[in-house]
Amino acid sequence: MSDIKAIIAKRVAQEFSDGNLVNLGIGLPTLVANYIPESIEVILQSENGFVGMGPAPEESEIDPNLVNAGAMPVTTLPGAAFFDSAMSFAIIRGGHLDATVLGALQVDEKGNLANWMIPGKKVPGMGGAMDLVTGAKKVIVAMTHTAKGSIKIMKECTLPLTAAGQVDLIITEMGVMRVTEKGLLLEEINPEFTVEQVQEATEAKLIVAEPLKVMEI
Amino acid sequence: MKKLMNIDEAAAHIKDGMTVMLGGFLGVGAPSTVIDKMIENGVKDLTVIANDTSFPDQNIGKLVVNKQVKKVIASHIGTNPETGRQMNENEMEVILVPQGTLAEQVRAGGAGLGGVLTPTGLGTVVEDGKQKVTINGKVYLVEEALKADVAVIKALKADKKGNLVYDKAARNFNPLMAMAADLVIAEVDEIVEVGEISPDMVMTPNIFVNIVVKGEK
Repeated sequence: MSDIKAIIAKRVAQEFSDGNLVNLGIGLPTLVANYIPESIEVILQSENGFVGMGPAPEESEIDPNLVNAGAMPVTTLPGAAFFDSAMSFAIIRGGHLDATVLGALQVDEKGNLANWMIPGKKVPGMGGAMDLVTGAKKVIVAMTHTAKGSIKIMKECTLPLTAAGQVDLIITEMGVMRVTEKGLLLEEINPEFTVEQVQEATEAKLIVAEPLKVMEI
Repeated sequence: MKKLMNIDEAAAHIKDGMTVMLGGFLGVGAPSTVIDKMIENGVKDLTVIANDTSFPDQNIGKLVVNKQVKKVIASHIGTNPETGRQMNENEMEVILVPQGTLAEQVRAGGAGLGGVLTPTGLGTVVEDGKQKVTINGKVYLVEEALKADVAVIKALKADKKGNLVYDKAARNFNPLMAMAADLVIAEVDEIVEVGEISPDMVMTPNIFVNIVVKGEK
């Protein structure tokens, strides 16, 4: 199978439309930028205070005051704009952000997301994640389907939540699942897996869409 | 009114037990020179309000490592393991706040508001112990305003009256903190004559800034 992260990132990139303002989380979601179709313009927001984020610079072009929310050097594209943290989160909470893409420790069939702490083990803080998940028009969880076999797509999250009922779409290397009032709807499947295999790797009961589309990989 | 001071004069205003707002996002836009002087002066029992506690060997992170902080209010502590250790061993109190909420709490503090209403944190541990209000059928958390005895901020440039200009993503929390403290110390890379910064380009008006100090880098 080709690189799992690339499969996920490529599929996520199909979710955007021309002119969308999008916030990509740290790690796998950052890779999504590499797969945005050239036919559309997507504006990337960085919650530390700008829109119009571009790719990482050459070493010689690194500017210490120009980093993404994970403190990694980035660039700006023509037309970019900087602002303070209050405006940055006004954009996020105020209905101006079309989509946010984040990873998850757990996500469940009600659209609850847990991705900010493991009690007693890891408490890094929520940073901007709670605002992003609460405020973005579309919340896309992009992650490997399991954590080395341990199940992450739950009937109900057991870890502390980042936000309740905000997730719209879950995209993994196995398929695409939409959060609906009836539960998780498996809309697309990676042809390298069977529905049974996807269900086996998922605690929540999957509703299989008809027709079930083949995920482009 | 003379606002220009040397680093010793400026840092002497920061005293044991004070609540101090420190600008910066993972160290970008943090007032490193003043913080180094705070470490040299050994001021202790500080309550620090900042987006994050940076890295152990940088600015705010060093204050934590040096055990000068009794309480931190921040959105993220994951890049400084020492903050987590002191929190787990009950050596330091840590209050984690969603980043957008923190920005608004500081803004509200400087704007004469008692607090803000936000949907961020609903259905999570963030709502514990907080009031909720319903407006037009939507539920919000009440998040109280934050103020400080001193705000230490970082800008690219100041004129001799204290008008400030920030650089790229180094703006972040700095303009908000400039409004929310009894005393505001601005560390800058460059000090210019009054009039050299066009009034249209001023990002923080001079009336908020009490002390301007030249940073060492």
